[in-house]
Amino acid sequence: MQATHHDSHHHQHHGEHAHHPHDGFKQYLAVLGALLVLTMITVGASYLDFGAANIVIAVLIATVKASLVALFFMHLKDDNPVNAMILVSCFLFLGLLLTFCLLDIDTRVDESPTGKTPISAQGPPSLGREQTSTDAAPKPRPGWIDTHGGGGHGDGSSAAPAPAGQPQHAPAH
Amino acid sequence: MQQQFDASKLGMWLFLATEILLFGVLFVGFGLSQGRWPEEFKQAHHHLDRVLGAFNTVVLLFSSFTMVMAVNSASRSKRKATINYLIVTILCAIAFLVVKYFEYSHKIHEGLLPGQYFTYLASTDPMAKGNSVFFGFYFMMTGLHGFHIFAGVVVLCLLLKETIKGKYNAAYYTPVDLVGLYWHIVDLIWIYLFPLLYLIG
Repeated sequence: MQATHHDSHHHQHHGEHAHHPHDGFKQYLAVLGALLVLTMITVGASYLDFGAANIVIAVLIATVKASLVALFFMHLKDDNPVNAMILVSCFLFLGLLLTFCLLDIDTRVDESPTGKTPISAQGPPSLGREQTSTDAAPKPRPGWIDTHGGGGHGDGSSAAPAPAGQPQHAPAH
Repeated sequence: MQQQFDASKLGMWLFLATEILLFGVLFVGFGLSQGRWPEEFKQAHHHLDRVLGAFNTVVLLFSSFTMVMAVNSASRSKRKATINYLIVTILCAIAFLVVKYFEYSHKIHEGLLPGQYFTYLASTDPMAKGNSVFFGFYFMMTGLHGFHIFAGVVVLCLLLKETIKGKYNAAYYTPVDLVGLYWHIVDLIWIYLFPLLYLIG
């Protein structure tokens, strides 16, 4: 049992080696095929509407494709791991950039009921906005946030400074 | 020798990192603007021809395959095969740029250039701003990417010249390998550009 297992493992390893460095044609062709199939899937999916999931699906498929290119075409699979770390850290830092930008934008959207004018100085909505913020900050009433759509949307920042003990997120529905 | 090869590769990867970050900020900016003008972006992206976009995607993916085969051939001292694969890669790149040229001229004709040149919608139209911003990102990102393709064509032609002269063999093919890495990163960026601009908007 032990011996056969070892044997098959060894054989498999040997087979991989024989394929890899000398004739990559078949492997590269297979990767190309996978990339083309994934392209077809992403184009096909774009004709269907999954709502907010559209972008998630597109980015996921793109990331699988990018990984195939990086691992096989760019040889990261057998390369010095430092090179792969450079690539991955790039994506990590971009994720960090996106996260902090989104945090910023999301806390700014709080100021406008429509959510379309994150930065001030967009005219009329400021009237309603000022009232919302002055009302919400000094005398937070339980349930108030939930009855007003605008306040509920931005409770991330307006609810934070309120005194402890207030049921901020009491489900009204 | 192996150490030199590794070092030059590491240097190339650091350069590629700057490329990813360069495009990355544009992607982040695109994403944030998409959050601000979702309807406008959706409306605007219908102007992009997804068939042409998909065609260009296939062309680039195929060119990545021929490029990696050029590297593979060079690493086995197969000069003839390297030359052929490089030529196919260059032709693919040119085909990509030709398709891009037709896409651009069609859009410019429609008045879809961003900013003050955006004449497709009246400036009083509430949707005009977001549409114009979408095409700002479209022309900036695909333009920068197109420039990288063009630069790739130039470098690939130099590589072809040197290969014809017989400069590369199994003992030394570093330039082929590094240009290959550059070419793949340009392809990799398009892999993200295509769905986000053409398919989602």
